[in-house]
Amino acid sequence: MDMSLDIILNVKNLVVHYETESGTVEAVGGIDIALKKKHALGLVGETGAGKTTTARALLRLIPDPPGVVKSGVIELDGDDILKKSVRELETIRGKDISMIFQDPMTALNPVFTVGEQIAESIRLHESVSNKEAYERAKKMLELVGIPGFRAVEYPHQFSGGMKQRVVIAIALACHTKLLIADEPTTALDVTIQAQVLELMKRLKNEYETAMIMITHDLGIVADMCDEVAVMYAGRIIEKGTLEDVFNHTRHPYTEGLFNSLPNIEDRKAKLKPIPGLMPDPTALPEGCAFSPRCPYAKELCGKKRPQPRWISDTHMVECLRYEEPVFRIVREDIN
Amino acid sequence: MSAKQASPKPNQPVSKKTNNRNRSQFAEIMRNLKRNKGAVIGICIIALIVVLTVITNLTVDYNEKIIRQVASERLQKPSTEHPFGTDQYGRDIFLRVLYGGRYSLLVGIVAVMVSLSIGGVLGIIAGYFGGLTESIIMRTCDIFSSIPSMLLAICISTAFGANIFILMISVGVVTVPAFARVARASVMTVRDQEFIEAARAIGASRFSIMFTHILPNSLAPIIVQVTMRVGSAIITAASLSFLGLGVPAPAPEWGAMLSEGRSFIRNYSYMTMFPGLAIVLTVLSINLIGDGLRDAMDPKLKR
Amino acid sequence: MHSGPLDLCPSLNPGGSMHKYIISRLLSLIPVILAVSFIVFFIVDLAPGDVVDIIAGTEVSVADKAVMREEMGLNKPLLVRYFRYMGGMLRGDMGISYVTNKNVFDIYMSRLPATLLLASVGTIVALAIAIPLGITAAVHQNTWLDSSSMVIGLLGLSIPTFWLGLMLIIVFSLKLGLFPSIGNQTLLSIVLPAITVGSGQAALTMRTTRSSMLEVIRQDYLSTARAKGVPEKVVIRKHAFKNALIPILTVIGTQFGVALGGAVMTETVFAWPGVGRLLVDSISNRDTLMVTGSIILTTILSSIVMLLIDIAYAFVDPRIKARYVK
Repeated sequence: MDMSLDIILNVKNLVVHYETESGTVEAVGGIDIALKKKHALGLVGETGAGKTTTARALLRLIPDPPGVVKSGVIELDGDDILKKSVRELETIRGKDISMIFQDPMTALNPVFTVGEQIAESIRLHESVSNKEAYERAKKMLELVGIPGFRAVEYPHQFSGGMKQRVVIAIALACHTKLLIADEPTTALDVTIQAQVLELMKRLKNEYETAMIMITHDLGIVADMCDEVAVMYAGRIIEKGTLEDVFNHTRHPYTEGLFNSLPNIEDRKAKLKPIPGLMPDPTALPEGCAFSPRCPYAKELCGKKRPQPRWISDTHMVECLRYEEPVFRIVREDIN
Repeated sequence: MSAKQASPKPNQPVSKKTNNRNRSQFAEIMRNLKRNKGAVIGICIIALIVVLTVITNLTVDYNEKIIRQVASERLQKPSTEHPFGTDQYGRDIFLRVLYGGRYSLLVGIVAVMVSLSIGGVLGIIAGYFGGLTESIIMRTCDIFSSIPSMLLAICISTAFGANIFILMISVGVVTVPAFARVARASVMTVRDQEFIEAARAIGASRFSIMFTHILPNSLAPIIVQVTMRVGSAIITAASLSFLGLGVPAPAPEWGAMLSEGRSFIRNYSYMTMFPGLAIVLTVLSINLIGDGLRDAMDPKLKR
Repeated sequence: MHSGPLDLCPSLNPGGSMHKYIISRLLSLIPVILAVSFIVFFIVDLAPGDVVDIIAGTEVSVADKAVMREEMGLNKPLLVRYFRYMGGMLRGDMGISYVTNKNVFDIYMSRLPATLLLASVGTIVALAIAIPLGITAAVHQNTWLDSSSMVIGLLGLSIPTFWLGLMLIIVFSLKLGLFPSIGNQTLLSIVLPAITVGSGQAALTMRTTRSSMLEVIRQDYLSTARAKGVPEKVVIRKHAFKNALIPILTVIGTQFGVALGGAVMTETVFAWPGVGRLLVDSISNRDTLMVTGSIILTTILSSIVMLLIDIAYAFVDPRIKARYVK
C-alpha cells in the first residue's frame, strides 16, 4: 500500500499471554493497528479489555515473568520493536516512543526534583551537557504551563494536575514520534482534565506527534482522536475513523457503550448498562467473546470466532452477524 | 426486620461473623504455614528441643548429675560416654546442655509474655484513645528505647541481682517499647476501618469494641513480633548470664556455661562449642517459625 | 551519579531550611537525655546498698556510715541528688570512680575511641555485606539467590555475638593463628572483633534492605523511568535504591545502638579496651558511679548517632525535611 510511508505504527497480530500458576491469561488475542503519522488513535474499552497490556507491549514493558509476547509484529517507523535488543530498546524508549501512565500521584520519583526527572530523559537521548539538559528541562516545564523556576521543587510540592503536566513534559522532552497516553486524566478532577487534554492537543499538534489515547471515556475520544479502536476481551472488535465508529456504529458492544452514556436531554430516562460482565480471561468462550451479553447473538456466535470484516476502506468490525446481508443494529447512522 | 430486632444489646459481641471469619482465617494461616519449608523445619527442631529438655529435667537428678563435681572425670574430650565432653568439674556437658534448655526456654517465653502484656496493653490504649494518652505513652516508650537494650538490661540486672526472675523482668522490660509500638500501629490501622464505626453506630461500648473487634484483627503483627522477640530474648538472657548477671552458677544455663568454658578455650574448645550450638539451634528454629508465620499472614510481603 | 546543578544540595538554597531542621532535632534531644539519665540514675539508686557500703566495707560501724552518707549528701531526696548529678555532668564531673580514684567522665572518654573504632569498622563491614546482598535478594526475588540470602540473614540473627566471637577465636586465632584474640596492639587485632560486631548487624540490615527494595521495586515511578529509556541497572541503582534508603538508614542507626550495646559482649570476649569492657569491669568491681556514668554516656552517644541519621534522612527524602521545617 502506498499509505505505508504515512504509517508510524504498524502492529500485526499481536498476542500477549500472562502465564501464571493458576492458568494462562490471554490478555491480547491478536490485534492489528495501523496508525498514521500525526494521527491520534483512541483505544477504548472497559477495564481488563487489554488496553494497558497493549500499550506496555508497544514499549516492551510487560513484566517478563509472567507476561509473554507470543507472536506479532510491532513496527515503529518501519523498525520491528519485538526484534530489538534491550540496549536498542532503551534508546527508543523516551525518544521515539513515550508513555504517560495513569496515576500522576505515583508516576514521579519522590526523591528527585522535577527538573532533574525531565533532564534525565534529555540527557539519555541527546548528547548535550548537563547544564544544557537542565535548561531545556526548564523550557519544557514552561511549555506545559509550569514556571521554570519550579524545576528545583519536588513532586510532593505539586498538585495532581501539575504532576501530570510534568509527566507530559518528560514524555515529550525528546520530541517523540509516538506518545502513548494510558488514561492520563482518569485520576484528575474534571476541570483539570479539560486543561490537561487541551495541553496534550496543543503539544501534539506543535510537535507533530502521533498519539494513542487509551481511555474508557468516549467524550475524550471524540475530542482528541482521529481514529478509534474498540477493544473487548483482548481483541479489537471495531475500528475506524471517528466518523465511522461514532456515526456509523456497527458492533453491538460499541452500541452498548454509546447507549450506556447518560442522555443529557432526557434526564428521566433510565440508564442502560450492558448486562453481564466481561468474561474470565483464563476461560474465554469458544466463539465471540461478547456473545453471552449480546442482544443480537445467535447460536453460531457462541461457537465460531468472528474474523475482521471490512465494511469500508477504513472501517472494520468483528461480528458474525454481518455475514447476513440485511443485519443492522438498532443504533442509527448519523449523517 | 424491625429496628428492635436488628440492634443487639451492648457488651455482647456485635456479630458472630467476626469469630467465624477468624476461625477460617486461622485455618488458612495454618495451611500457608505448613507449606513453608523453613517453618516446618523450625517446628520440628524446637519440638525436639522442648521434648529433650522436658525429659531431661524430669528424669535426671539435678544434684547427682548436673552439679556434682567429679574430679576424676575432669576435662574429658567428647566421647561415647560423654558426647559433649566434661567440664572443669567433671560434669557431663551433654546432660547439662539438655537440662539447661529450661532456663533459656523459660526466660524467653516468660520475658516475652511480660513484654506483651505490658507493651501490648499500653499500645492498644495508646492507639485507641489517641491524644494526650497516646503522646505520653509513646514518648515514654521512645525514651526507653533510646537506651541500647543490652545496656538497659545490664542496668536492671546489676541493680537487682543475678537470678532468674530479675532476668525475666529485665529482658521483658527492654522489649516493652517494641510491643507497644506494634500494638499501637496495628490498632490504628483497624480503628479507622468502617466496621468499627458501624459498631459504634449501633451502640457498642468502647471497651467492648476494643476487645471484641480491634484486638482480634490487630493480632497478626503482634503474633509475628512475639515469635521474633522470643529468639532475641533468649540471646539477651544468655548474654547476661555470660556476663554473670543472669542465672548464677552452678546452674547449667547456656550463657553461663560459655562463660566458664571461656577460660579453657585454648585446649578444650569443645566446652564453648556445644552450649553455643544449643542457643543457635533454639533461636534459629524459633526465627524460622516466626518468618514462616509472617509470610503466612501477609502473602503480599512474599511475592 | 549526576544531578542538575541546584539538585546536588537543595539545602544550600537561600532559606537555610536545613539549619532549622538540624537545630530543631538537636533541641529535641535534650529532654530525651534528661529523661534517660533520670531512668538510669533511678534504677541504679533502687539497688540495695550504695557507694558508702562499698567504700567503707564491713569494718565501719553503721553509725559512721550514716555520717559518711550525710557528708556525701546521700540522704537528700532522689530528685535533689539527681539534679546535682546532672549539674555535675554538664561540667564534666560525674563523680569519682572508687576503683581508680579518677574522674568518671575522663575515664570514659579515654576508653571511648577504642569502642568508636570498633563500632565504625564493624558497621562498615556490616554494610559491605548486607546492602549488596539485600539488593540482590530483592532484585532476584524467589530465586535461589533470594532464599539463600534469607537463610544466611536468619542465621545471623540467631547467633549470639559473643559466641560468634568465641568461635572465630577458636578457628582463626587458636587453630590457624592468623589473628590475635586479645587486646588491640596490632593492626590485625581489629579484624576478628570487627567481623563479630559486623555480622550481628549485617543480618538485620540485609533483611531490611531486601524488604525495602521489594516495596520500592513495585512502584510506578520505576515504570516511568523505564519508559524514559533508563537502563535497568540505573533504574535499580539510582531510582529504586535512593527511595529504599530511608528504612535502611533507620536500621543502620538502631543497629549502631545495638552495636554499642553489643560492644559490651564483643569487647569482653576479645578483651578490647573500650567502654563496653569498662562497664563490665565496673560491674564486677561494684563501681556504681562508673556504671551509671557509662550507661548514661553511651546512651547519649547512641542518641547522637540517631540524630545524625535523622539529618541524613532529610538529605535523602525531601518530604521528611518539609515536615519538620514549616
